[in-house]
Amino acid sequence: MAKQYITTTINDDHVEILCDPTQTLLDVLRDELDMTGTKEGCGTGDCGACSVTMDGVLVCSCLVLGIEANGKKIETIEGMAKGEELHPLQRKFIDHVALQCGICTPGLLIASKALLEENPDPTEEEIRYWLAGNLCRCTGYHKIIEAVEDAAAEMRGN
Amino acid sequence: MRYEAPETLDAAVGLLAGESGTVKVLAGGTDVLVQIHADMIEPDVIVDIKKIAEMREVAEVDGAWRLGAAVTGKELMDNPAFNAAWPGVMDGVRLIGSVQVRGRATVGGNLCNASPAADSVPPMITSRAVATVIGPNGTREVPVKDIAVGPGKTSLEKGEFVVSFQFPKRPARSGDAYLRFTPRTEMDIAVVGCAVNLTLDDAGICTDAIVSLGAVAARALVVEDAAKALIGTPVDEAAMEALAAAASAAATPIDDKRGTIAFRTEVAGVLAQRAAAIALERAKS
Amino acid sequence: MGRAPSPFATKIPYEEKNLKIVGTNPTARGDAVDKVTGRARYASDIKLPGQLIGRVLRSPHARANILSIDTSAAEALPGVKAVVTRDDFPDMAIEHAASGELMVNFRDVTRNMMARENVLYDGHPVAAVAATSDAIAKQALKLIKVDYEVLPHVIDVRDAMKPDAPILHEDQFTKGVEPKPTKPSNIAARLESKLGDIEKGFAEAEIIIEREFNTKPVHQGYIEPQASIANYTEGGLAEVWTGTQGHFVFRAQIAKLLEMDLSKVKVIPTELGGGFGGKNNVYLEPLAVMLSKKGKRPVKMVMDRDEVFRATGPTSGTNVKVKMGCTKAGRITAAQAELNYQSGAYAGSSLPLATITVFTRYDLENVSVVGHDVTTNRPKVAAYRAPGAPMVAFGVETVVDELAEACGIDPIDFRLLNAAKEGTQTHFGPKLGPIGYIQTLERAKAHAHMKEKLGPDQGRGIATGFWFTLGAETSATVNIGEDGTATLIFGTVDVTGGSRSAFAMIVAEELGIPYEKVRTMSGDTSALGFNFMTAGSRGTAAGSMAAVTATRKAIARMCEIAARKWEVEPDQVVWEDGMARPAGANVGDFAPMSVAELAKEAAWFGGTIAGHAEINVAQGGPGFGTHIVDVEVDRRTGAVKVLRYTLIQDAGKAVYPEFIEGQFQGGAVQGIGTALNEEYIYNDKGVLENAGFLDYRIPVASDVPFINTEIVEVPNPDHPYGIRGIGEVPIIPPLPAIANAIYDAIGIRMRDHPMSPPKVLKALKDKMIEDAAAQGTAAE
Repeated sequence: MAKQYITTTINDDHVEILCDPTQTLLDVLRDELDMTGTKEGCGTGDCGACSVTMDGVLVCSCLVLGIEANGKKIETIEGMAKGEELHPLQRKFIDHVALQCGICTPGLLIASKALLEENPDPTEEEIRYWLAGNLCRCTGYHKIIEAVEDAAAEMRGN
Repeated sequence: MRYEAPETLDAAVGLLAGESGTVKVLAGGTDVLVQIHADMIEPDVIVDIKKIAEMREVAEVDGAWRLGAAVTGKELMDNPAFNAAWPGVMDGVRLIGSVQVRGRATVGGNLCNASPAADSVPPMITSRAVATVIGPNGTREVPVKDIAVGPGKTSLEKGEFVVSFQFPKRPARSGDAYLRFTPRTEMDIAVVGCAVNLTLDDAGICTDAIVSLGAVAARALVVEDAAKALIGTPVDEAAMEALAAAASAAATPIDDKRGTIAFRTEVAGVLAQRAAAIALERAKS
Repeated sequence: MGRAPSPFATKIPYEEKNLKIVGTNPTARGDAVDKVTGRARYASDIKLPGQLIGRVLRSPHARANILSIDTSAAEALPGVKAVVTRDDFPDMAIEHAASGELMVNFRDVTRNMMARENVLYDGHPVAAVAATSDAIAKQALKLIKVDYEVLPHVIDVRDAMKPDAPILHEDQFTKGVEPKPTKPSNIAARLESKLGDIEKGFAEAEIIIEREFNTKPVHQGYIEPQASIANYTEGGLAEVWTGTQGHFVFRAQIAKLLEMDLSKVKVIPTELGGGFGGKNNVYLEPLAVMLSKKGKRPVKMVMDRDEVFRATGPTSGTNVKVKMGCTKAGRITAAQAELNYQSGAYAGSSLPLATITVFTRYDLENVSVVGHDVTTNRPKVAAYRAPGAPMVAFGVETVVDELAEACGIDPIDFRLLNAAKEGTQTHFGPKLGPIGYIQTLERAKAHAHMKEKLGPDQGRGIATGFWFTLGAETSATVNIGEDGTATLIFGTVDVTGGSRSAFAMIVAEELGIPYEKVRTMSGDTSALGFNFMTAGSRGTAAGSMAAVTATRKAIARMCEIAARKWEVEPDQVVWEDGMARPAGANVGDFAPMSVAELAKEAAWFGGTIAGHAEINVAQGGPGFGTHIVDVEVDRRTGAVKVLRYTLIQDAGKAVYPEFIEGQFQGGAVQGIGTALNEEYIYNDKGVLENAGFLDYRIPVASDVPFINTEIVEVPNPDHPYGIRGIGEVPIIPPLPAIANAIYDAIGIRMRDHPMSPPKVLKALKDKMIEDAAAQGTAAE
């Protein structure tokens, strides 16, 4: 199986990779680029732990081939904070204790960020349904919803 | 596995028809990658059709919509005009997977993966959309209801794939809806799905109806008797009772890890009524 | 759990005092920033130079003899560097050890890790390979030829107990039965626990309710699959990075299974992506070590999600019979239960724990509990958050509800009439100390939730739960740096992320220095004395005992430095508000010395400042909780929706209140998932059909409402900060509370778990037919 050369932008960095056609974007991020912030919980798109955005669209990176990232703009958890400054969602997750073991947290943050970019003032129900693709086993989702509501309010300038 | 990304329809047909090994079309990948991961398929060639312009276009001409088979769920959800025209189809699209899955999944893929439980299929059937299929022998038109023939099997020949869907123009006072039953609120495969598309006359009498059931047979069913239960009626309680009975009678489900025969048969009738009620409201408004 | 309490176990009495730091919510949590930026390193995030990728070949059959294994083609595949089978691992004799809250038997542990004579469940490991890439490893597995003789299998616990059931182990004779049986059985053990005179108790009862319940196995559902990286050096030392709840126990198991000295094995616990009891057992670790030994390179092994479901440990599926009697005035006079718990392929379920928790919320005179531990062709069960308790609570808390209804007494009042309290004699031995059960009931009764109006097809249910707090071996070290900051090296794995902050708060409180000046670090097995598994809700409770002990020793050392400097006796120096001070004016006019000042002078006055603790913490401080749930039932589909949920639980003293709330909420939602949709589904070949998150249905965010929580504080008298374990109680009441709520909504008692839509709909239809028949009869 010949590897294919692809170029992509990940968190504003230009990246070049030699990638096997069978590798998913998740495999490429974790195994080729050592960007282990994006997690594998199931490999089949059922848990959301591998969430990234691709050209601004929220996707499961385990359901995208690495090759398909060619020419695209990928954003992962590693790009969410800007230098020393955490994104409001990251801060609110910490403030509200919206994470315990933390394995689902990167995926949830990426998914929540995508939500607030599309809908800056979501209702509780809208948040829950948007985040239904991200499984969490530790928190029961309660403090996650509160954190997202609080971050949304701050980002709206309330 | 080799990856190809043709930029024209002809190039894609050439690959799909010409390769000797197993060739798979890659649209959204939300089924194909799962199947590769589970070792259910081991394609020699993957043909990514997302670079072909016709497959990604959404256009409306004089009230009749044409949808590229590789348009994603999210792209459709972000199209207010299509949502207004075919809310029932969008009910189905909105239920595929999760937000992440809908960022990639396509109506063409949802149909051609041929799961009997696919959410966009029953409302696509009731919309009477026609698929444009291209292959080594040229193009042909196939009603959506005739694409899937059984679990994982379509009526497409080697080298063929669906390019786009042509929707008919919608008569006035029409409404469609799709409902499914799942044990959780999201993320589940439909245990039963039902789509209803109906048209009313000025007096509120149903002049046309079509009902499709998903997940209760080897492929999505068109239930004639269910439609007959609605046509000529004001879709009142008596019609609803007849509708439910017809839907339950038509269901031929199996017992599996997602539901029992008894449950699916019963709930087919319940969903038919509830979907018809929504379609009715939409037709009236 | 097999061990009588030691008279040498450590208890530190509760000290009521003004706290400055403990009980607040720290602004900086030790683990949080790394977790929200993706920098926290879980086991599968670790990569060692030159590493190989390991994979496991698993049985496709529920039960079969292994006639032969041929690995030659796999070994010849380019890129394959090592292959292991049963031939690479020594056989083990029968030997029991505690592994978290369950006991293990090494003879079975080695077989569960790698099959020897036979395979006993779909997913049972048969061989493992290490190769230069994952793709090659997967290919190599396909080249291994195993010759199986497929045998009849048995899945359900009731089927396995029948005399004609296929027998998993020809050498298994039911323990606890006299005289010793002559025929082998799937019933590995029979347990009995009695108090008073059960016959007399039933004779005194005016109302008797007898019911039978069945539950399916459920899985912990942690989002992080098991992952381990092992490096076997040329010098014969093994280093293992792995996601574990107890690295010292894992070290013991790895060393035992591979016949290595403990001192040659080092286990480094990585940040854990969820465990809930499921990471109390070794699976990949010994395989990775042996592959590394043979392949002469580090080996990384990560389970796929379907392997997690098929081959790690779910809970027991159970059959539970409950019979209880009470007077019309509402006093329980007799409580009896038969618990039939399946342990999976090898003996050792949570039955002993279930036996302890059955009735322990109630003050009873006459109790009889009989239990059976039963082997079946499923993966060996592991602990899952209050192992054994939810299933038996399903039975007892709904029967209690029925008794209350028969007496015409409110279910909370009925429980108050019979509530366990300080001094209550349990049926399994000890008397209860001060507990908060009654407080949780009273707060539930007064809660605003009870005033919410219920609509049609809506119902309310309550249920209560009890769990103990394990103590066990706990070790920690506190080091005071030259700059006056403190580092706590802790050895109880921080499974939730919150314990390390709790420890830091406690160390800061003890030392009298700001929270920000305390750093916590997880110590691997080379850094500390033995620490038992983080299980039994002991993480913060026991870990903090060792932290306190170690800190107080460091404080004693600092007082000694001051004493030497001031040339006074050590008992003339006290520690107050973060400083060493003269004990009184008569001692002398010495300026108090801060931690930093003492640290600067430490070397001259004898050596640097540290304190360490290696203690065995006494078990204690049981927790109790009361839950209230409102549900709505869709009568036409059987779907049950949770509308409102409230949970009130005694935490002893809340060290980190917001985190405790999060634990409550997480446990409750796991319980809701158990109640409504989670179950293992097997086909008629004994193969697991739902080995993934698509069809093993854990709750998603849109399935549950906000979970209201309230913390009751009845300090644990044996802990200096009054802490009780809190992690496990929350998962116990949801199953019965929801069953009681469904009854309140639609008048149907569900006794078959899970209470999924097809079951509820069928129950509704059956009831309609029954009611119609009854009406017909009445009309005649």
